[in-house]
Amino acid sequence: MEILKHALSANALLTAFAIVGLVMWLSNAISKHLLFGRVHGSAIAIVIGLAAAFAAGLWTGGDKGVVDIPVFAGIGLMGGAMLRDFAIVATAFEVDVVQARKAGAVGALALALGTILPFIVGSLIAVAFGYTDAVSITTIGAGAVTYIVGPVTGAALGASSAVIALSIATGVFKAVLVMVGTPIVAKAIGLDNPRSAMVFGGLMGTVSGVSGGLAATDRRLVPYGALTATFHTGLGCLVAPSILYLIVRGIVGG
Amino acid sequence: MTISGVALLAICTLLGGFLGDLLGSALGVKANVGGVGIAMLLLIAARLWLTRRGLMTAGVKFGVEFWGALYIPIVVAMAAQQNVLVAARSGPLVLIAGVAAVLVCFATVALISRIGKKGETMDEIEAKARARTPSAGEPTV
Repeated sequence: MEILKHALSANALLTAFAIVGLVMWLSNAISKHLLFGRVHGSAIAIVIGLAAAFAAGLWTGGDKGVVDIPVFAGIGLMGGAMLRDFAIVATAFEVDVVQARKAGAVGALALALGTILPFIVGSLIAVAFGYTDAVSITTIGAGAVTYIVGPVTGAALGASSAVIALSIATGVFKAVLVMVGTPIVAKAIGLDNPRSAMVFGGLMGTVSGVSGGLAATDRRLVPYGALTATFHTGLGCLVAPSILYLIVRGIVGG
Repeated sequence: MTISGVALLAICTLLGGFLGDLLGSALGVKANVGGVGIAMLLLIAARLWLTRRGLMTAGVKFGVEFWGALYIPIVVAMAAQQNVLVAARSGPLVLIAGVAAVLVCFATVALISRIGKKGETMDEIEAKARARTPSAGEPTV
């Protein structure tokens, strides 16, 4: 047991790859066989990650989730700011500029609204729940944009881990709602053509929510929605810790 | 070479981070401002530049795309190290903010989809594509 522990701790990052890989595999299996593709595997995996962090918090009394358990320390490196930013930047490689231009003005409008509207909603609710400092309000508002924009903003502004966790949880919950809700409301919101799919992707933003929701609605719409959605996170990461933060700070002060 | 792709990605990310820090101090925010977003724009620009010069080899592509494909697992690892315990104590915030944000966005999609001309539906586009490549015996449109 001690020898196994040593082998796992000495190769912390490899242990993290193995564990997260198993979680991803398990989540995809749950998505496919138990939920029939209704909820995207990645959303389930993120919920499992948050649940594990919750359980670890109860067990260790620490504030860094599973990373407070020595064997899982590699998760801290794998999900830390360095590799996270590295991987997010890499996704920009998939953006097809020619296709993106076709979305044109309406796509840009959807992207702008998709960043600003959820941010306003999230910020107002943060204020309603008693948060008064600009950093926390901005981080929670950014979490309502997507679960990536939330922690990126929180990390950039130096928000507390609890507030970052809240913003991730909000973003993940939003992603799950989008995945489950899209097929239900698809007809009512006119989601049957590439143009509205691009509008949808720009407004909803969360790539996993959009691709999961569109896949459950009409598989052919997925690339159009994902195209605008891929811009969404970058845009959010750009404006949330900068312009939006300055606006919030201007309103609430400090 | 695969490492050129990884290096390109690293350079864009580092440069984005540096420019984000510069922008932050210029704005007096004492934080990284949009470093990730700037890095993404740099990478898109680099890709266009390399493609135009025919320097986009399979190795370069692979070096970048490998990390892009790891993005969801890395987010899972990120989720697993958050202070969820404290977040769970203010649970209603998450529920209300999530539901409200999604409802507002769904309503806006409905609104924007209705203004302006209605796009062709996927069914119409596919029907047209089929008409352009008629199978044997069918009249050409």
